[in-house]
Amino acid sequence: MTASEPGVVANYTIPAVRPASGPDPRQGFRWSRLGLILVALAFLTVFLLLPLVVVFAQGLSKGVSAYLKAITDPMAWASIKLTLWVAAIAVPTNVVFGVAAAWAITKFEFRGKSALITLIDLPFAVSPVIAGLAYILLFGARGWFGPYLQEHDIHVVFAVPGIVLATVFVTFPFVARELIPVMQALGKEDEETALSLGAGGFQTFWHVTLPNIRWGLLYGVLLCNARAMGEFGAVSVVSGHIRGLTNTMPLHVEILYNEYNYAAAFAVASLLALLALLTLAGKSILEWRQPELRDGARLLRERL
Amino acid sequence: MPGFGLTLGYTMLYLSLVVLIPLSATFIRSLDLGFGHFWTVVSAPRVLASLRLSFGAALLAAGVNSVFGLVIAWVLVRYAFPGKRLIDAMVDLPFALPTAVAGIALTALYTPNGWLGRLLLPLGIEVAFKPLGVVIALIFIGLPFVVRTLQPVLEELDRDVEQAAATLGASERQTFTRVILPALWPASLTGFALAFARAVGEYGSVIFIAGNMPMRSEIAPLLIITKLEQYDYAGATAIAVVMLVLSFALMLGINALQGWAVTRHGGR
Repeated sequence: MTASEPGVVANYTIPAVRPASGPDPRQGFRWSRLGLILVALAFLTVFLLLPLVVVFAQGLSKGVSAYLKAITDPMAWASIKLTLWVAAIAVPTNVVFGVAAAWAITKFEFRGKSALITLIDLPFAVSPVIAGLAYILLFGARGWFGPYLQEHDIHVVFAVPGIVLATVFVTFPFVARELIPVMQALGKEDEETALSLGAGGFQTFWHVTLPNIRWGLLYGVLLCNARAMGEFGAVSVVSGHIRGLTNTMPLHVEILYNEYNYAAAFAVASLLALLALLTLAGKSILEWRQPELRDGARLLRERL
Repeated sequence: MPGFGLTLGYTMLYLSLVVLIPLSATFIRSLDLGFGHFWTVVSAPRVLASLRLSFGAALLAAGVNSVFGLVIAWVLVRYAFPGKRLIDAMVDLPFALPTAVAGIALTALYTPNGWLGRLLLPLGIEVAFKPLGVVIALIFIGLPFVVRTLQPVLEELDRDVEQAAATLGASERQTFTRVILPALWPASLTGFALAFARAVGEYGSVIFIAGNMPMRSEIAPLLIITKLEQYDYAGATAIAVVMLVLSFALMLGINALQGWAVTRHGGR
């Protein structure tokens, strides 16, 4: 652009040869740079670092033995087990869905594809509380299927199935969203080669596609799992808060907190904070291995 | 390529069962109310106050995040300093930390004897159990949306253009406002909208710090739960539908923005 306008180039003065008495432009640059770094660090310290640190500080405020007692309490254990169970069901369910959706969307052309992607994103735009409410309206005592479920003595709402359903809803898009751009970028040549050599559909998926997408899949699973174990709003609506039976870890934290049992609440919360830190560490390692994972959402929108 | 019928069929079935049917049920159940009753529920002062707080605080928090998110994204992309990778990873903390944990942690920080509340009290600023607490929680929740939307755009920004601007005699401020900002603002708007959308429906991180006083610091999702606990299903559903309609309108807006940003940048 500048090359085509020789007059402009001729007017250019190199900053370094300015008279020494004038302000050095680089000096101002350094000050603004230091200032911006300090603003960013201060903001991150107040809004991210302090909340994280305070969880551990409060959890240990009554000493290590009180901390251990809080996390080994039978009710705490019951909530930990339930949380693990719910994630163990919800995450694989969404993995199967994510793989199927990504396969359909990236290997084929069909009408309404972008509408389908928007619908897959829908749970991100819905308040978790509304997700819980929707299941109550379907499966609650006064819901559409309520009378039928009561007749057959099936408990969905205020029981574990409701918690699983609510968790599946809020974590619905995670795996699909990570896999679609990864599989889009890989194309379908590898699969076509395998098929032309006589491999079956499932064989091709298992031996060709899966090894190619394993990091992207793991990335999606990691994020999906973090949300599944930590979900509060949706689960809170459908759980019924029955101690030892339908309390997940976040709900147990809430109960302890509302009973003014702060140290115990923060002790259990610190386990969830550790899970968050492990998730972030895993995520960073995967991004370091596969930098393009990070740009997943952007890739998706650019390519489709 | 095999598997089209199977994978698309399963996708549609699962999507319908988990997402579409439950959400449609919410809309259909709200029709039972009739328009008159629906309007009575939704226009009640307590409901309006909660919607105003949820949307107002979300707007304010998204605004704060747009400014500081840009500073953070800029610093992470343009400058080198020790601990940068660790800080970059930390930005995603609000995605990974369960909202209930964030809620009690923020409350502990901002109560009058908390680490930050103690410093703010002499200045006359009260955060915990006040509407300001809601804004603080929503800033926490929304920050990564803004940073992660801006970061890749900043990385791809052509530095030659900035150098050209400097060469042509533009000051640093002029380069920023005339060259960098116009290229960033579609992404900035998207980040704002994403942070806003997330904040509007947020529940877990807010309820602990908000104090939940009706008419003052009670958010709309909490009012839905309160109505459910009183077996007022109709009332809960009506508020939910108002929130859903507003959120969907927002999502369509985000998609339109994205389309507009892509065409503007010539298929980038």
